Amino acid sequence: MSCHMLAQHVEPWMTAAAYVLLAPLLGGLLSGLDRILSARMQGRVGPPLLQPFYDVLKLLFEKRNVAVNRHHGYFNFCFLVFAVAAGCVFFAGDDLLISIFAFTLADVFLVLAAYSTNSPYSFVGAQRQLIAMVAAEPAILISAIGLYLATGSFDVGDIAACRSPAAIAAPGTLLCLLFALTIKLRKSPFDISTSHHAHQELVKGLTVEFSGPTLAWFEIAHWYETVMLLGAVFLFFAPCPLLGLAVVLGAYFAEVAIDNLYARFKFRLTLGSAWAAAAMLGGVNILALGMIGKLTN
Amino acid sequence: MDIMPFLILFPLIPAALLLFVRGETAAKIIVWTSAAVIAAGSVALAATHCSAQKLYVEMNPQIWDTALNYGDILMLLVFLFACRKLRKSARLWIPLAIVAGNVPIIVWELAGRVPESPRCLMADNLSVLMCMVVGIVGGLIAIYTPSYLKRYHEEHPEFTDRRNVFLSAIFLFFFAMYGIIFSNKINWIYMFWEVTTFCSFVMIGYSRTREAEANSFRAVWMLSVGGWGLAFATVFASLSCRTVELGRIVESGKGAALIPAMLICFAGMSKAAQLPFSKWLLGAMVAPTPSSALLHSSTMVKAGVYLTLRCAPAICGTGYGMAVALIGAMSFLAGSAVAIAESDAKRVLAYSTIANLGLIVMCAGVGSRLALWAACMLIVFHAAAKALLFLCVGSVEQLTGSRDIEDMHGLITRRRPLALLMMVGIAGMFLAPFGMLISKWATMEAVVKSNPILALAVVFGGSMMLFFWCKWLGSIVAEDSRGPKPHGSLKLDERISLSGLALLVIVACAAFPWIGKALIEPMYGGDPILDSSHMRTISVMLALIVLLPFGFLIRRSGLKNVGPYLGGANTAEPDKFTGSLGVRDCQLRNYYLEEYFGEGRVIPSANALAVATLAAMFTMGFLL
Repeated sequence: MSCHMLAQHVEPWMTAAAYVLLAPLLGGLLSGLDRILSARMQGRVGPPLLQPFYDVLKLLFEKRNVAVNRHHGYFNFCFLVFAVAAGCVFFAGDDLLISIFAFTLADVFLVLAAYSTNSPYSFVGAQRQLIAMVAAEPAILISAIGLYLATGSFDVGDIAACRSPAAIAAPGTLLCLLFALTIKLRKSPFDISTSHHAHQELVKGLTVEFSGPTLAWFEIAHWYETVMLLGAVFLFFAPCPLLGLAVVLGAYFAEVAIDNLYARFKFRLTLGSAWAAAAMLGGVNILALGMIGKLTN
Repeated sequence: MDIMPFLILFPLIPAALLLFVRGETAAKIIVWTSAAVIAAGSVALAATHCSAQKLYVEMNPQIWDTALNYGDILMLLVFLFACRKLRKSARLWIPLAIVAGNVPIIVWELAGRVPESPRCLMADNLSVLMCMVVGIVGGLIAIYTPSYLKRYHEEHPEFTDRRNVFLSAIFLFFFAMYGIIFSNKINWIYMFWEVTTFCSFVMIGYSRTREAEANSFRAVWMLSVGGWGLAFATVFASLSCRTVELGRIVESGKGAALIPAMLICFAGMSKAAQLPFSKWLLGAMVAPTPSSALLHSSTMVKAGVYLTLRCAPAICGTGYGMAVALIGAMSFLAGSAVAIAESDAKRVLAYSTIANLGLIVMCAGVGSRLALWAACMLIVFHAAAKALLFLCVGSVEQLTGSRDIEDMHGLITRRRPLALLMMVGIAGMFLAPFGMLISKWATMEAVVKSNPILALAVVFGGSMMLFFWCKWLGSIVAEDSRGPKPHGSLKLDERISLSGLALLVIVACAAFPWIGKALIEPMYGGDPILDSSHMRTISVMLALIVLLPFGFLIRRSGLKNVGPYLGGANTAEPDKFTGSLGVRDCQLRNYYLEEYFGEGRVIPSANALAVATLAAMFTMGFLL
């Protein structure tokens, strides 16, 4: 069944509800897969597939309630709320730009959470997360513009119901989005704000003061984010769901591989390379599409 | 309709009174009543006249045109009198810049070459919108001013106390602003235009320091150069269109209207501090904060974009419209970039003003229905949020002695109410679902359809905006009790003004569908992007973000407070750590990336590009 037919039978709120319920499961599984793949690449066995769920459950029910202040947990909670909201807008088939702006809002709350702790590591992490955000933002918006120029609509529902994959007309903006994906998933070389390992100069960066339930909410919000971003990649191939699924899984595998292959960039290089990629790949693609549009009209 | 002449002339009464009143209470009473009358008058106009139809007020052209002519002569004499203080090197060319605009229009009027028309005043929805912005936002700023000035002079005993002049200039400014908004003829607009320049001059030079005087003269010459645009537009329009009525010039066909429209846009862009005229606005930041809020961010500079918007139909779809849009886009990019490298809060606000006005000018240059819709929304939201931010920065500066963003680190622990108001302002400037972001979203949808290059400018400029607002917001929310300790507290009128503006930011956002329906759609037609499903999404987000602050009130029991982690090198104090050289201070400072976004790196090349674009536009216009 193609997305086109699917769209006729399913109400928008149902897909949004499905996202709210299933995204953490999917995101957690992907995260478990990530850890196994990474371990295999490094010649280790790795944890079980469900390890991320065990970790998060343990954190959620942590008894000791410790925090540097009573606000940072709250900002972190807002991060979760708006990450979910952004995904809901996206999966309900509403305006892509609104969804991206809500997504940005979620990230802003994460940065505020890190700022509010006022710890040096967290502060540096917040700054770098901000840089990462600014680095990825143009690429993400350009990919939305690419989708618009290819399909004639900013509505996710309309884009999904299109007859030919947007990736054919807007391959550059797809690459742009994949570049931004590495930044958004905080994979090396762009894990400048926090990483899975605490032994580097970052000392866990912006999450250094997150503990117990706060850290668990952070992880869950990140799962939501991951699913939405992969959904955006899928959108480029929506008329051919199987191909789309293959590309999404391939992209995720590539992210894991890149994570294991690259050393961390400095933040200037992160910003510069991301903007250069956005301008070269996405910008050129958009200008070309715009010109073709002018000629055919 | 008599409200229009009333709104123009009424502010002259408080302006005259305040010049002579010395008592503090008396001045406050005059300011409060006049601000209330002006705001009420603006609302009354909106209530009685709200349609796409243009409403004209006919006046005897012989009497009033002559009066305006005398006004022009008076302004010329006033400016030339002010120039007596100039240092030698500038004594020739600044008066020359003033004379070059004023004399042609005075001669032209005296020679009777300006086509007469009884339709002197005009109001349509755009005027009503501007009138509300001026009346309500301006009124709130006016009531903030007396208490601010009192503290200003307590802190700076070295400056002469001329607060009566300052307050008077505020109401003179209202007179000029309503004049610009309601005038139907461009030679009338020119006279009021000069009066706003004069107000700007008085306020920037208020402290009479060397820097203030230099900056006030810079504003005068840059705005006078912009004024040439209006002066020559009057001459050209009376020759080629046989009318000086703005509406009829725009309607008189692309051929005849082109050169006057281009000249008017040029004037508008100089007032809106677009490149290459951005420097006067930065210089204006030496003035006491209420003037920065009133003239240099929320209302006077809006007169510039207002005129550009008025001319949009005459240039849209042509290369000239594209040139205007490109200058707007450049100002947006350059303004947002430089704001990253600034740490002085007022300069950040100034650059972000240039950037946002650039966005509006860009929309005007594109000129499509959706673009004009977005431009009107930007005017409303920007005015409220920016005025709030300026006044907040002014109060923070007075209470803590610094307006550096680094010194605002931890403001939330030291000055919670003020920090929260500032957060509302900042959120209003760049976060979804507040108005500015909604407008930016509309802008994006509008420009994607016409020109992808402009869309790229919006994307990159918007990202840079995200950076500088977010790090400011972050500094405020950091829980840190260090930094300059606040002293004193806000007066009641300052509190009313600040909370009124904050409320306005939120209410304007909640009410934007209705603002759109009642005021903007009748002018530019209905709007396809604002269908009900988007409205629903936006209102859910708005509800979320308005409810969220209440979460701070929840007390979590059993929460154990610990100090931040410092790599095992903690000392007893939170801002010190044990390093290899003993106990050391740790300092946290934001990224500014001056090496990429510094003023000196960005502005010269951006100015050169803007001058080239302007030159290309005028060469094309006059040759073809």
